[in-house]
Parts: sequence; structure tokens; C-alpha cells
Amino acid sequence: MSAQRATPRHGGGGVQAPAGAARPVPADTALPRAARVLLALVLLAVFGGLALAVLALAQPAPGLAAAVAGRIDDSGVSHPVTAVLLNFRGYDTLLELVVLVLALVGTWSVGRARGCAGNAPGPLLRQLPRLLAPLMVLVAGYLLWAGAHAPGGAFQAGSLLGGVGILLCLSGQPLPGWAQALVLRLAVVLGVAVFAALGAAAALLPGGAPLDWPPAQAKTLILTIELAAMLSIGVVLAALFAGGRP
Amino acid sequence: MTQAVFWALIGMALVVLGLYALIVHAHLLRKVLALNIMSSGVFLVFIGLARRTPDADAPMAADPVPQAMVLTGIVVAVAATGLALALIVRLRALTGRTTLGDDMGD
Repeated sequence: MSAQRATPRHGGGGVQAPAGAARPVPADTALPRAARVLLALVLLAVFGGLALAVLALAQPAPGLAAAVAGRIDDSGVSHPVTAVLLNFRGYDTLLELVVLVLALVGTWSVGRARGCAGNAPGPLLRQLPRLLAPLMVLVAGYLLWAGAHAPGGAFQAGSLLGGVGILLCLSGQPLPGWAQALVLRLAVVLGVAVFAALGAAAALLPGGAPLDWPPAQAKTLILTIELAAMLSIGVVLAALFAGGRP
Repeated sequence: MTQAVFWALIGMALVVLGLYALIVHAHLLRKVLALNIMSSGVFLVFIGLARRTPDADAPMAADPVPQAMVLTGIVVAVAATGLALALIVRLRALTGRTTLGDDMGD
């Protein structure tokens, strides 16, 4: 993490840094040389086996491209990857958002955020985010919209928003007070909540099933979910960078 | 050798390299980096093999399902890395150590 650039030896965030911290890092390799050579040979054999497995897969395989192309008109979007992510394999994406929230909960339960407090931004880093952050938010919105018909979507847009958060953190912009407690937590779970609620509502339609979008409303539903997911992904990534509960 | 197999083989090489580093290095930060290299290799295998479709030269002919799975996997890998780094920071704050195990020579 480059945030510690200004402090040559950050003492574990001020938490009881023991005297042992000044001890030089022990020899990085725990294995003697002979064992490493043996390991390299074993792994070379493993690579050979894996390569043979890949070569056995060499012949052209149709995969699921035709199946996706056949139902793309019902999916509400025209880009196949977005259709797979948000429609055909919606469970994957829903549970992925759950994984993001769980990772953040785990990080928050380990310690408090050190944020970027130890970072002393230079003049460039203090000023540049003022120009870049609005542009990045704009591009994130474009990526979200473009995801319906071109490469893009909630994850690309969300990671850009996460980048905005990291940039603002590094440039020493404090999180505004209103965003620190409840709003932050709501933003973290927004994606999962909207996705799960709409997915459950789809099951209540006649002949519906969970996460089975009716084709007429699919595009609206997908964009709604992607908007919520983008916000959550951005907030979670930036909060993971901050490294602990606020 | 088709393009698909070429990238898949590169991905396998990354997996094996990452596995070597994962086993050899004791420092936890290096282990996390090694795991990231391994996951990048798996993603490359997926993306490479997605282009095994018969008309691989046509635009957007690649299988979208592996691509979507990789997109999912990247985000999960980033989140897991963040959690792992938080755990390492906590371990160092509590014990002053950045490795696991008892063979620290103390």
C-alpha cells in the first residue's frame, strides 16, 4: 500500500507495535536450496500435466456462445457478457456481491481503518483528484450505460468508482460526516439488497421464478440492479482500501 | 497451436509459477501476491479457452459464459486480497510477525 510512503516504518497503525517489529525480516525463503530445486522439478511435472490437459482441449468447441446468442433477445441487453452476468447466470453475480460484503465485514471486524492518515499528499496529489474525480464518475456512468451493448457494466464502473474513493483518500480528502455511519453501511449493502429484492419479486409474477426477468422489463431491471451494484462495488472497494471499520 | 491454446498455456505457466512462490516464500505478503498470480493464470486459461468457438475470427464470437465468470472472479479475488491484507496487518500489529509457523529462530 503506497499510503505509507511518508512514514518510513508504520508501527502497525499505532496499535501496540511490539519491539520485535524492528527485527530484520527473517530469511524470506523457508525452504533449503535442495528442497526448492526438487519443488521446481515437481511443479514442472505438474505444468506438463496441465499443458497436456489444455492441449487435449485444443479442438474447437462451441461452448455456450450459441445458446447465449439464441436467447439474447429475451435478456433485455445486447451484449452477451452482460446478459450472462445479470440475466442468465444472475445467481453468480448476486452471490459475488454477497462475497464483496462479506469480505468487507471480515475486514471491518479485524480492526479500525487507518485510512490514509499517514499519507502526506504532494501538491500534485492534492490538486489532481479535483479534476479527475468528476471525470471518473462521469466515465463510470458511461461504462454502466454502455454495458448493455458493449464491453462495460456494473463491475467496470464500480471499480472506477472505487478508484475515485482511493484517489480521494490518498489526496487527504476526509469522508464527509454524513457519509460515515449509516449511509456508508447502506451503500455497502445496496447492491445485494436491490438485486435480491427484485429477484424475489420476479418469483411472484405469474409463471415467474427467482431472478427470472420478464423480457419486456428486463432492460429496466438490469440497469436498476447495475446502478445499485455499481455504487456498492465502488464503496466496498474504497472501504477495503481504507482497511478497517470507520 | 491456436491462439486459445497459447493463452491457456501461458495461464497454466502463471498458475505453476504462483504455486512455486506460494510454497517457497514465507512472508505472507508474498504469499498473497503469489495467490494473485495464480488467480490471474486461471483467468487467462478461462479467457483463452473461451475463444475455442469454431468461427473464432468473427467479432464477439468468444463464449461469453467464461468471460462473465472471469469478471466475477476478478472482483472476488480483489475482495479476498483486501481481506487477506487486513488480516496480515492485524497479525503484524498483534505479534510483530509477517509469517506463519513457529520456525522463526526465536
